[in-house]
Amino acid sequence: MKRLCALLFSLSAIAPAQAIEFNAVQADKSSVSFVFRQMGVAVDGRFRKFNAQLAFDPAKPQASRAALEIDLASVDAGSAEANDEVATRNWFNTKAFPTARFVADAVRAQGGDRYELSGKLTLKGRTQTLSTPLTFRKDGALGVFDGSLTIKRADFAIGEGEWAAFDTVANEIQVRFHIVAAATK
Amino acid sequence: MRYTSIAIALHWLIAAAILGAFCVGLYMAGLPVSPWKLKIYSWHKWAGVSIFMLVVLRAAWRIGHPPPPAVPMPRWQALAAETVHRLLYLLMFAIPLSGWLMSSAKGYQTVYFGVLPIPDLLSKDVELGKQLAELHELLNFLMIALVAGHAAAAIKHHLIDRDDTLRRMLPWRSTQATLPEN
Repeated sequence: MKRLCALLFSLSAIAPAQAIEFNAVQADKSSVSFVFRQMGVAVDGRFRKFNAQLAFDPAKPQASRAALEIDLASVDAGSAEANDEVATRNWFNTKAFPTARFVADAVRAQGGDRYELSGKLTLKGRTQTLSTPLTFRKDGALGVFDGSLTIKRADFAIGEGEWAAFDTVANEIQVRFHIVAAATK
Repeated sequence: MRYTSIAIALHWLIAAAILGAFCVGLYMAGLPVSPWKLKIYSWHKWAGVSIFMLVVLRAAWRIGHPPPPAVPMPRWQALAAETVHRLLYLLMFAIPLSGWLMSSAKGYQTVYFGVLPIPDLLSKDVELGKQLAELHELLNFLMIALVAGHAAAAIKHHLIDRDDTLRRMLPWRSTQATLPEN
């Protein structure tokens, strides 16, 4: 009993010290980008405007919350011409579906600085469950989250009609995120 | 005296490829975005890389195999012919290079036949990309003007002067000998 009390006491002493929650995303330091292939050529793109919300305590990853909302009109798909094209009905159909939304269901520790994040991505009216590897590191007082996953554009009807075949624009799109968040008490 | 058969083959192959790539380039620039446009742009770039390699081959061959001596003609004509030939060689190098640099500056790496990435010498710079596009176009129109002059001169030598200037570059051997052997 004495030992249990001592254990509980020591745990309670440790827990508050470790309960540091990274929850204030710094948008100017964060990025959501992607790479797609057209005719075998890798083309970089990114979203200039997105809103990420996060609550992550490295000591309690399973209690994390994360959500990302992307303003699809802020896309940079490589050129002005490409930006106009991806806003059309065949691609994002930005008028009808202005935002993409990802909501995390679970974060699982994978050992070291690695985690697995799973959740639901809603894009162009279609929702899919995804999971992505994620790394977390501390940079001074900031928490830095990096991840990369491959999604298939056809799963979300991105690129319909004449673009539906994958011979010019490949189905696989690599999405990368780099989220920097400060901790608030 | 004729050019070597390798020189003749490269001359006509490159001439046909350049005219083809030029026409495709004119056509594709105005297309609306579509899979067809992305395909034809890639084909044009692959053609440019192929032409560049053929031109390297041709220049190397030319260095090792000097052309036959020019047929007698007024000094100004010989000088004009020499100048145009030099400019055409220069443009055969400069045009594919400007296309490659333009593509890099626009943020689209050239990947030969979709499998062999050609390194980007320039990083993405949209303004520079626009300037290089204008340079690429300007060099092409200059080249087409020179090619037209070059072809017109060859035809004039053939039909009016009736000398061997064109005949020595023709892929087939002509039975008609118009110049007496010295």
